Amino acid sequence: MKRWLPVLLPVVSITAAVSLWDLVVILSHTDIFPRPHEVIFAIGELISRGVLFNYIIASLFRVGVGFTLAALVGVPLGLALGWFRPALWAINPIIQILRPISPIAWIPVAILWFHVDDRAPIFLIFLASVFPITVSSVAAVQNIQPVYVRAAENFGLRGFALFRRVIFPACLPQILTSLRIAMGIAWLVVVAAEMIAVNSGLGYLIIDARNAGKRYDLVVAGMLMIGLIGLFLDFLIRQLETFDEVKWGYSQRN
Amino acid sequence: MDKKGPIIQVRSLRMDFTGKTAPIAVLENIDLEVFRGEFVCIVGPSGCGKSTLLNIVAGFFKPTSGEVLVNGTQVSGPDPHRIFVFQENGVFPWLTVEQNIGFGLDQLSAQEKAPIIQRYVDMVGLTKFEKLYPRELSGGMRQRVEIARALAANPDIIYMDEPFGALDFITRLKMRADLTRIWQEERKTILFVTHDIEESVQLADRVIILSPRPGKILRDLTIDLPRPRDLDSSAYLETRDEIFHTMGMSLRVGSDQDSPGGSTTIGSDSPSNVSL
Repeated sequence: MKRWLPVLLPVVSITAAVSLWDLVVILSHTDIFPRPHEVIFAIGELISRGVLFNYIIASLFRVGVGFTLAALVGVPLGLALGWFRPALWAINPIIQILRPISPIAWIPVAILWFHVDDRAPIFLIFLASVFPITVSSVAAVQNIQPVYVRAAENFGLRGFALFRRVIFPACLPQILTSLRIAMGIAWLVVVAAEMIAVNSGLGYLIIDARNAGKRYDLVVAGMLMIGLIGLFLDFLIRQLETFDEVKWGYSQRN
Repeated sequence: MDKKGPIIQVRSLRMDFTGKTAPIAVLENIDLEVFRGEFVCIVGPSGCGKSTLLNIVAGFFKPTSGEVLVNGTQVSGPDPHRIFVFQENGVFPWLTVEQNIGFGLDQLSAQEKAPIIQRYVDMVGLTKFEKLYPRELSGGMRQRVEIARALAANPDIIYMDEPFGALDFITRLKMRADLTRIWQEERKTILFVTHDIEESVQLADRVIILSPRPGKILRDLTIDLPRPRDLDSSAYLETRDEIFHTMGMSLRVGSDQDSPGGSTTIGSDSPSNVSL
């Protein structure tokens, strides 16, 4: 019985949530908000029109490029700032001022700089994920157990060798966690990013379905797909945390 | 290199820590010589600066005044010829047992490394555990990895800062027996800090006894007991008691029966009355 609980309980709770959704729609006599089976039909319609797959690819592409650029900038920048104290003093105020600005506030700027192509949403996704990655990488270096650095220095490691053989592997668990959180944020802003001047993607689907005839079955279908793909992305990045090189950095309760 | 002279010389060493108002003296007038192949223990009450002394000798801290020479050359920082074994375990958790033990052998090829790693894996009793990660090992086994990593780098000196402090009693006894055997095989110079008087008598050729802060050398005691050491022999017990007395402690536990109200002698101002 106990072995089945982790499978059974989610099935029960999801069934209950979907039933509740259906019940509320029926009781409210709304003819705008879709019932669950209508959303399933809407997904079927998107598949048969051949747009669902293209939209998913378009969204994943933008998030993939924006997130990868953020990781390529944020991880080295964060590690460098964490290691060189004066660099942190110089750069950190700029990061801390830019960090609280919502990516949505950058939309006018993104349109001004990049006009109407993929670069604008990619830029917004980059902005949303680069700061959490940078800040977390700084913290990763600052939280290294001093004994590892001292042992490395004792073995004569300096400069890049010290960084490659000790600093980076010591920070890797926390870096992976920050990438996971940043991936969640990047996916979260895809809708906002695709509100501007693009004509593909799950975010575009939601805006377009509402504007072009209040097709709320398609709106909810798009929302559901974003949720499911977000779950899948998190699952993928979680798999990285099971490697032996980083497993030590996570709690044993799993 | 001069084989006859001392390998480590500490000369009129003094260490102050910056306090809130005035500097706090941690170590005073430390003069010490350690000879090649010797096993020397530094004991003292907690807070006496023994760990600070080891960190200065190893080059991790700069003394306020005085100097440390190794092979006649002033120590200016840590060096691969003198490996430090840390109390809190400095084994790298992202490397396997064998990768950790080979960590200091980076200049060698894989073929050159393998037999050296195997030799020290076997010496510390970790055969068949080579591919495991530190998190899969017990505390005692992790400390074995760190000792093997130090030995594999073939240093002249090994500094050990309470390396068995976090281990349980039985594991500690076993680790001491194994460390003695390894030292007899390798004849490295070992400078070993501990607060455990019994440990120092079981391991060392010489015990340096430090006073409470500011730490000064109270006594430099040669332990002339044959190895393997018999922990029941009267010579062992006498040596142990001598260190206890030098540190101003008697070997009684608890308070005096005749003093009702349980007035304990712990914390008494007179050091000769302090009981364990």
